[in-house]
Amino acid sequence: MLDLQTTWFLLIGVLLVGYAILDGFDLGVGLLHLFVARTDRERRIVVNAVGPVWDGNEVWLLTGGGALFAAFPGVYATVFSAFYLALMLVLAALIFRAVSLEFRSKLESPRWRGSWDWAFAVGSGLPALLFGVAVGNVLRGLPMDAAGDYTGTFAALLNPFSLLVGLLSTSMFLMQGSAWLLLKTEGEVAARTRRIALPAWGAFTLLWIASTVAARWAAPAAWAPYSEGLPWLAPIVLVVALVSFPLALRSGRKGLTLTASSSAIAALMAVLGQGLYPYVVPALGEGTLSLSIYTASSSPYTLEAMLVIALIGMPVVLGYTLFIYSRFRGPVVLDDHSY
Amino acid sequence: MDATWLARMQFALTVMFHFLFPPITMGLALLISILETKRWRTGSDVYRRASDFWLKLFAVNFVVGVATGIVMEFQFGTNWAGYSRFVGDIFGAPLAAEGVFAFFLESGFLGLLLLGRHRISSFVRWLAAVMVWLGSTLSGFWILVANSWMQTPAGYVLRNGRAELVDFWAAVFNPSTLPRFAHTMASAWVCASFLMAGVASWLFLKGRGSDVARISLRLGTVAAFVSTLLVLVTGDRHARQVAHTQEAKFAAMEGLYSTEAGAPLILFSLPPSQHGMPDAPTIAVTKLTSYLAFGNFQAPVSGLDRFPKEDWPPVAVTFLSFHNMVILGNVMLLLSLLGVYLLARGRLETSRRWQTLMLWAIPLPTIAIQLGWMAAEAGRQPWIVYNVMRTADGVSKAVKAPEIAFSIALFSLIYLLLGSLWLYLLCREIAHGPETTTSTEGA
Repeated sequence: MLDLQTTWFLLIGVLLVGYAILDGFDLGVGLLHLFVARTDRERRIVVNAVGPVWDGNEVWLLTGGGALFAAFPGVYATVFSAFYLALMLVLAALIFRAVSLEFRSKLESPRWRGSWDWAFAVGSGLPALLFGVAVGNVLRGLPMDAAGDYTGTFAALLNPFSLLVGLLSTSMFLMQGSAWLLLKTEGEVAARTRRIALPAWGAFTLLWIASTVAARWAAPAAWAPYSEGLPWLAPIVLVVALVSFPLALRSGRKGLTLTASSSAIAALMAVLGQGLYPYVVPALGEGTLSLSIYTASSSPYTLEAMLVIALIGMPVVLGYTLFIYSRFRGPVVLDDHSY
Repeated sequence: MDATWLARMQFALTVMFHFLFPPITMGLALLISILETKRWRTGSDVYRRASDFWLKLFAVNFVVGVATGIVMEFQFGTNWAGYSRFVGDIFGAPLAAEGVFAFFLESGFLGLLLLGRHRISSFVRWLAAVMVWLGSTLSGFWILVANSWMQTPAGYVLRNGRAELVDFWAAVFNPSTLPRFAHTMASAWVCASFLMAGVASWLFLKGRGSDVARISLRLGTVAAFVSTLLVLVTGDRHARQVAHTQEAKFAAMEGLYSTEAGAPLILFSLPPSQHGMPDAPTIAVTKLTSYLAFGNFQAPVSGLDRFPKEDWPPVAVTFLSFHNMVILGNVMLLLSLLGVYLLARGRLETSRRWQTLMLWAIPLPTIAIQLGWMAAEAGRQPWIVYNVMRTADGVSKAVKAPEIAFSIALFSLIYLLLGSLWLYLLCREIAHGPETTTSTEGA
């Protein structure tokens, strides 16, 4: 039987997986934007491939942040204050990503549109990299005092292992973005995307292997769960997904390509989650200070109340989200309301 | 400059800039839903064009609200780690609920409404508009739950060195939630109504009074009047709640330094200070504060003298922002009263003087809303959770002053750019005007 803390560890994991899969393709599309679309019409198609859904996708992050605050306030406080400057950069980038999509189409001027194209690309690329850097630091553990306050510096966050994980997340979003664009575009844009999809997959695979090996030294706890059977499920799914991706890509099965990429994301995050559990933020050096789901959680009453909110709210959210996605099924068709 | 002061400045910057946009979003969503209801029921093309026009302005405003709102969701953790640890058991839940019940709804259906209009039926289009309105309203509700809990905490006990939730509904419907939610919603409707009436007035002034401008002017004027009245009623209710539950804040709002039975209502005065009222004449109505707050001209009202000086809010800011908000509220009430009078006389579309007034009145609700929030938040000081935790104890220990200064500088630049673009694009969309059937019909 799962206890409340474990349940919330899983639920926040679900929210973050939802974010990584859904806004993941938005970020990836932003990364690809400048490369796969050359003319204004092509760029409009790419922008409209995420236009109707990016905002709803970003809500997964907001809700994840809110749920983390509610369920594990100690973690929310420690992690976000530790990553203060990095997070400010991510927020600034997400601001530009948001307005670039809406503002781009407002003026015809090539300079105006070109600037927003760059804003879309950088506003997507920076978070794609920094999310991974943050995850890398959490896996390594953060230097902190007894109150849970971070005692390191900003520069210390840019350590080799975390940067490696940052590259891993960037390639992951690139792979996911290309899988989404293949589904939403045709012709030249799709052809260019297909040429990037395979290298993105290759980079992701190599970087995953590299960071897994590096974790042996940088984050040994991530290797701990595999003395038992069940934890093997996640890496096995990840390998199956990674093997399927190029096969699905070659056979032109776009839905399956996206499914493979999304499964790889979910499985990778499960690997990370079970590598941390029952800790959320290990303390670097001083293990006794680590924030676990039990030491950093809210009271059982709050966790129960939140569970009711999640059980009432999320099925409804999933219902209308599916409906909205279904309205935009198929490749982008530009009309007079498009961006 | 210490880190606490900088963190407060950063919060003031990000929250005040952010809250330029949500009132327009929440209010315009309601007005668009009204237009959409007429469109859906009558099938008339003019309502479709009116809704299309206002949706364009809505979209520009909405995205800036979303972009600046992301910062808010994370800022408690980045700048207020001490606070987050202390209240996380209570404060995080409404933020999460806002995501689950409001943001998904609002953003999902807005995408459908803006970009999927050709892919949905007339009914679904109406439904999407109403869901956007519902989502934005629910978002307002949950964020006010969170903020109201900081003003009048309830449903908790102090345990394990933090505030722990013991009664969810008592925390959600704490003494100030409903008065503040009602007042905030009404003020958002005022904001959008004045925008709608002002923009339509401009179209008439420019000789572009099309059918869309006409229904916008009428809807804006009637909505402005109704919502301004509601602001007055809810404001009175909210002020009485403050008098009962946040006495020091109320004393600072009203400029009452000494506790007395039959407290006067100060209408105009030079700025007061932490030492007392200025040595200059004030205009006041005797005993009126006692009556307004407690329904009895002789009722005793606590002055600041009842509280130790370290528990006083900054009196000047609280007093001035509150009084100027009330003054603006009355100006808007007079304007909208004039509007419905002209409407009844059938002179709304021809009175250029009124239209000019309404054009210049567009920013008034926004200014009043900002002042109202300054009174609410400055009046809460020196507490981050009223009478429970001091603001200085809530700040992040891990974040150093130079880091905050850097990010204030960064975000000031971004906000300057964003604010200018927002204004520029709104003006452009307005100048472009609504789609007309024939070129300048009705001019």
